[in-house]
Amino acid sequence: MKMTITAAAVRRLLLATAACALSTAAVAQEELNALVWCDHTDPALIEPFEKANDVKVNLKEYEGTGAGLSIVEQSRPGDWDVFVIDGVDVPRAIDMDLLAEIPAGRLPADDIFPEVRMEANNSKDGKIYAVTEKFGYNTISYDKTKVDPKDMEDLSIFWSDKYKGRIALYDYYLPMIGLTGLAIGKTTAELTMDDLPAIKEKLFEMKKVARQVSDVVASQTALVTGEVDIILGGGEWVTAGLMAEKPNLDWTVPKQGALRWAQSIGVFKDSAKQDLALKFVEYILSPEGQAKLATSSCYWGMPANAKAGEHLTDQQKTALRWDQQPEYLRTTQLYPVVDAELDAAMQDVWTEMLQQ
Amino acid sequence: MTVTPLERAEQRKAWGFALPALVWTTAFFLFPFAYMAAISLWTRSGGKIVATWTLDNYAAFFGKSHLLKALLNSLEVTAIVTVISILLAYPLAWIIAERVPKRWQRMALIMAILPFWTSYVVRSYSWLLVLSKGGVVNQTLIWAGLVAEPLQLSASRTGTVIGFVHFFVMLLTLTIYANLVQLSPNYRRAAADLGASGLQTFRHVILPLTLPGIMVGAFLTFVLCIGDYITPQILGGNNELLLPQVIMLQLGRRADFPMAAALSLVLMAVVTLAYLFCARWLKMERT
Repeated sequence: MKMTITAAAVRRLLLATAACALSTAAVAQEELNALVWCDHTDPALIEPFEKANDVKVNLKEYEGTGAGLSIVEQSRPGDWDVFVIDGVDVPRAIDMDLLAEIPAGRLPADDIFPEVRMEANNSKDGKIYAVTEKFGYNTISYDKTKVDPKDMEDLSIFWSDKYKGRIALYDYYLPMIGLTGLAIGKTTAELTMDDLPAIKEKLFEMKKVARQVSDVVASQTALVTGEVDIILGGGEWVTAGLMAEKPNLDWTVPKQGALRWAQSIGVFKDSAKQDLALKFVEYILSPEGQAKLATSSCYWGMPANAKAGEHLTDQQKTALRWDQQPEYLRTTQLYPVVDAELDAAMQDVWTEMLQQ
Repeated sequence: MTVTPLERAEQRKAWGFALPALVWTTAFFLFPFAYMAAISLWTRSGGKIVATWTLDNYAAFFGKSHLLKALLNSLEVTAIVTVISILLAYPLAWIIAERVPKRWQRMALIMAILPFWTSYVVRSYSWLLVLSKGGVVNQTLIWAGLVAEPLQLSASRTGTVIGFVHFFVMLLTLTIYANLVQLSPNYRRAAADLGASGLQTFRHVILPLTLPGIMVGAFLTFVLCIGDYITPQILGGNNELLLPQVIMLQLGRRADFPMAAALSLVLMAVVTLAYLFCARWLKMERT
């Protein structure tokens, strides 16, 4: 059979194809810009939302609230839609008038572990501006084939010579000063300038027995390669994701307790896509989203939504110490909430310790 | 003195050629520099940046020993790295220029700068593995019976210096090699004719003539080394802080841009002093 295609038919076909392509592009062009921590960049977490809503989520990851706020300050209003921020720093973002109010009805408030709701941080004047999405502990990670797990139950081991040269200290002054304070009987919520000399003394002692003070990647590398056997300040976020491949790695909360970190998610006030941004927040807080966020390839952590457990395997729950959470939540304390002056003084103490 | 139309046209042409460079320098160096200098005179107080002029940040830097120590650490590490790099790069450049046959010199240079082709971060992390307790260096030392226990090479100043030296030996090799190949063989012949030994020729003829290459390479090493953040952060294990690390510390959580700007200007002042020293020295050499 011979087919004849006229020039007009070709033109129509091309125009139809172009129109189709343009309309597809127009539909797929909706984008959501999220300023996040690295755990949100896992495609396994983001792709289901993108497919379900036919949207492209542009993710920009940052480390440290200061860096995150700098990015916001250097952007135009409306550039960003969703913000993931350290739970203790949500008040900073609220004070800067960055976050939009989140309607309470769109949040699974009753499903969030009560201990991590952090209303004092996430709300102001009765309005909700952010919600806790993930939490975990700055505690002790270790190689159980090289250290006595019983020793890891007491923070005082970090002032003895038993593991000298085999310890990495996590390089973030806020939790580490809180953890040190905890070890000498100080409550993180009540830390003041007057507590710093005693904490400083202990930090200096810790530095003497530590091999290094390092960030997440360097600490994790040191533990995996056997450079160190213990990370003080580590926790499930350092070792839980590795435990399937490295069953020798473990973590625990010592008898004195540990620090509890929490990250919150909110919607930018200047976002032009409030509804889509809220949908994203809803997805992240849904049991499915929470399970994926908890086991993100960047780092693991406990989901804030208790119902996420239905979507985690037994192995994942074991790595996260799911069954021990009630005890951990009872014995751990939140990061110190400090004003700018105490924050600066803490940073000075930490810098002094590093220079020892 | 009157300016002829031809000279005026030449001047306009010269300004025309210089204008893009002037605009570029003003927009991307002078203006940001002035802005940073202004910020360094502000403060961060009560969680907010206060735009009132003060020297508080500089006073804090010179008043706090742990901050001042960061500058001293930076100067010490940079001096050690520069000296070791020169000592290693000079013989390497000399071998390539004098002992490697001409047709193989290009290949030898490519081999020498091959590590430049990898990412700086990846290279530093690679060194972390090489220098670790179970790394190839420690295992070789133990196997050879030179040490009984692994040495702490990573997470130390030694690690930082090794990481830096690996990088800067390549750079210095290039500058010294470029200088060596320009030397006429007649200098050596003349020295030999006058009865100088090989060592004397090197000491009194070759070395002085290649000093400009060494100084240029040393200055580049100094500038790049003293301002580097990645290598000490990855290989130093935070067992001491260098100035760039302290600058980053101001930004990470507290976003204290005024303090970070003040520290950056201190760093820049040190680099400027190093430049003035080199420029003066090279000028003296020429006269």
